Amino acid sequence: MTATLDPSTVTAPSPVPVARAYRFELVKLFSPWRVRLLILACFLGPGLAIAAIKQQSTLPSDTLFGRWLHASGWAGPLVVLGFAGSWALPLLTSLVAGDVFAAEDRLGTWRHLLVAVRSPRRIFVAKALASATVILLLVIGLAASGIVGGLLAVGDKPLIGLDGHSLSGADAAGKVLLAWLCVLAPTLALAAIGLLGSVALGRSPMGLLLPVVAALAMQLAQMLPLPVAVRYALPGYAFISWNGLFTDPVQLSPLLIGVAVSLVWAVAATVLAYLLFLRRDFTNLTVDNAGRQVLTRGVLPLAGLFAATVAVVAIAGGSGSGITQAKLQNSLAVNFAHLYRLQEQELHRPPVTEAQLAPTAACTKGDGLSAPDGPGNDWRCVVTWHVPGVAITGQAVYQLDVTANGRYIADGDGPKEVNGYFLLKTPDGDASNPLWQFDGNVELLPSH
Amino acid sequence: METTAAVRGREITKCFGDVVALDRVDLDVARGQIHGLVGPNGAGKTTLLGLLLGLAVADEGRLEILGSPMGRALAAPEGIAGFVDGPGLYPSLTAKQNLTALAGLRYRDARAAGVDEALEQVGLTEVADDKVRGFSLGMRQRLGLAAALLTKPRLLVLDEPSNGLDPAGKKHVHGVLNRLAADGATVVLSSHRMDDLEALCSEVTILSTGRVVFSGPLAKLSAENRELDYRVRTSDPQTARQVVRDLPGAVLVEPVEAQARQDPEVIVVRALVPTMDELVVRLVGAEVAVRELAPVVSPLEAAFLALTDSEHEPQPAQPGSTDEQDSE
Repeated sequence: MTATLDPSTVTAPSPVPVARAYRFELVKLFSPWRVRLLILACFLGPGLAIAAIKQQSTLPSDTLFGRWLHASGWAGPLVVLGFAGSWALPLLTSLVAGDVFAAEDRLGTWRHLLVAVRSPRRIFVAKALASATVILLLVIGLAASGIVGGLLAVGDKPLIGLDGHSLSGADAAGKVLLAWLCVLAPTLALAAIGLLGSVALGRSPMGLLLPVVAALAMQLAQMLPLPVAVRYALPGYAFISWNGLFTDPVQLSPLLIGVAVSLVWAVAATVLAYLLFLRRDFTNLTVDNAGRQVLTRGVLPLAGLFAATVAVVAIAGGSGSGITQAKLQNSLAVNFAHLYRLQEQELHRPPVTEAQLAPTAACTKGDGLSAPDGPGNDWRCVVTWHVPGVAITGQAVYQLDVTANGRYIADGDGPKEVNGYFLLKTPDGDASNPLWQFDGNVELLPSH
Repeated sequence: METTAAVRGREITKCFGDVVALDRVDLDVARGQIHGLVGPNGAGKTTLLGLLLGLAVADEGRLEILGSPMGRALAAPEGIAGFVDGPGLYPSLTAKQNLTALAGLRYRDARAAGVDEALEQVGLTEVADDKVRGFSLGMRQRLGLAAALLTKPRLLVLDEPSNGLDPAGKKHVHGVLNRLAADGATVVLSSHRMDDLEALCSEVTILSTGRVVFSGPLAKLSAENRELDYRVRTSDPQTARQVVRDLPGAVLVEPVEAQARQDPEVIVVRALVPTMDELVVRLVGAEVAVRELAPVVSPLEAAFLALTDSEHEPQPAQPGSTDEQDSE
């Protein structure tokens, strides 16, 4: 049935401007103690954690850049970034974006808000902007705290990249800031998923937890040996793809794809949440078909987007695991050469160049019994290089643990004089042999 | 007269799925009037109030508010304020912060919106800086009313504003509503408190299962109603009982209420209003002073119960033999 009234005759009052509704939402968002506590924790926590780690003799080597925490102040914010992408940002987006609509359901204030603002559209825009603002503030807090903490604890010192090359303080600073900027995209995607859950599921705890659940599911997917196309089509990939900023040359394709996919997801999930919100009947607050709505207007469209992205990336060449023998050998040789130079420098030997070393690597998987591609901890590589000043070639063996996302940890397996564990005297104190264990990564897309 | 109506509804129908919440409801509320909306739970009061606030539109029918037809949701003209299903307040904000934030939606300078005056009108000045989280239901109702006052309403729509009010709160709320009406604003309120409605409203509409079963002045409701039970306190109950027995149309009934039973000066008489008038004349003629005369159940409540639910017929007093009463 439709109303028999003529809408054209209605003199509608002017809705509240978005700017005022936005201010109203900010007042509400900042008023609960838990949000203030979160902000405080984000601005203080990372810095304090880095300062605490600085006092420890052991380093979080299993975290990317963790092994360089004592060597460069710029490693701190990157360790924080790795942790934030896995845990902190999904949780923060859940608590903010995942609750921004559900809070009105919980408090029973929807009708009051609608009468006051007179425009569901503007309410949605104001809530989305306000939650994005708070999330942005939290991200800024994490980044600033990590940077300040790292610089105060260790100082503005060169950072060793993921291919072993040294980044100057200024270069590292720029890339650290860029990395944090890049993870805003997947954070916004999670926030949009939070908005969708908050609108669709109301006061249900699932609505609040949706970003966390989505982030954990995506992390799980990244750990599985999935094809590259699937991996890149997930909006959470940009939480990893910033790694490519710390190689030379920069691995730009994964980064751009990750950011683009995240932004598309952010827009798509926000639009779905918007459409779902506009369809809501606020005179009948009993939502008895929430499950069906979430499926038809939330899950299915996003699943369609995911499938389409997988197809696009697959056409662009993203098939298979993306980890090949050739890529791994090349990456390891480059990494070794850079770190060899660092080792020579720390041993106070004459400087050498990568060209003089001319390193090569030969890798097998599963003692040659497995096909030489894909992730696994059974990669074994022999690096060969020309020893400067003498007419012999050196050889060093590494065991590689390669994860499905292209990251690997190389563990020196002899000779111990080259890649064994020993301490080196550096201007900042003792440091372990840089050729003993190091991180690296390979670009999963085909090289052009 | 229609041009002066604050609310004019004709054949308003609203359904939620298979449930008919409002079934061809007519509603007329004059400007400057306090109009009560009465009905049992599920009668459609909140739905009707939601339509008045512009939260939804009727599926069928015509509704004009302050002279403007309501064609789509949230298109109510300026000057409408109020709440349904309780006031919308944010517990982590103080009373003043709630109002200031709300005023900031409408006014560039929220401080000029009269937040302090609104708090004073509802008697919450002393707790202005307290978090709403700790407020009682009555305080929340008063704060909700203060929030509505910020918009200088021409039509105030309130759903159960008397819930949880203590006598002081009730006095504040009644004062505010009466002042608003005196200044020309219209108030439409629902309540289960018949005493409040009788004290405030000049007209009421009684809804039952989505339909209007009565609409008009309270006086008309009394006149249309059947016999009522009246408490009569006299200087000589024994003589008064005899006068009642001798009066055609009057029945002496056994009081049920413990208070009436324990008070030897009180008798309960069931009769129509003209018969009660005659009773007073006869009591005075018999030199019996009438110290108190009031309906045991208010005319509105009696009508409400009679018109809306046969299961809740008013049984405030049981008919009893006069002999039994005499023996007491």
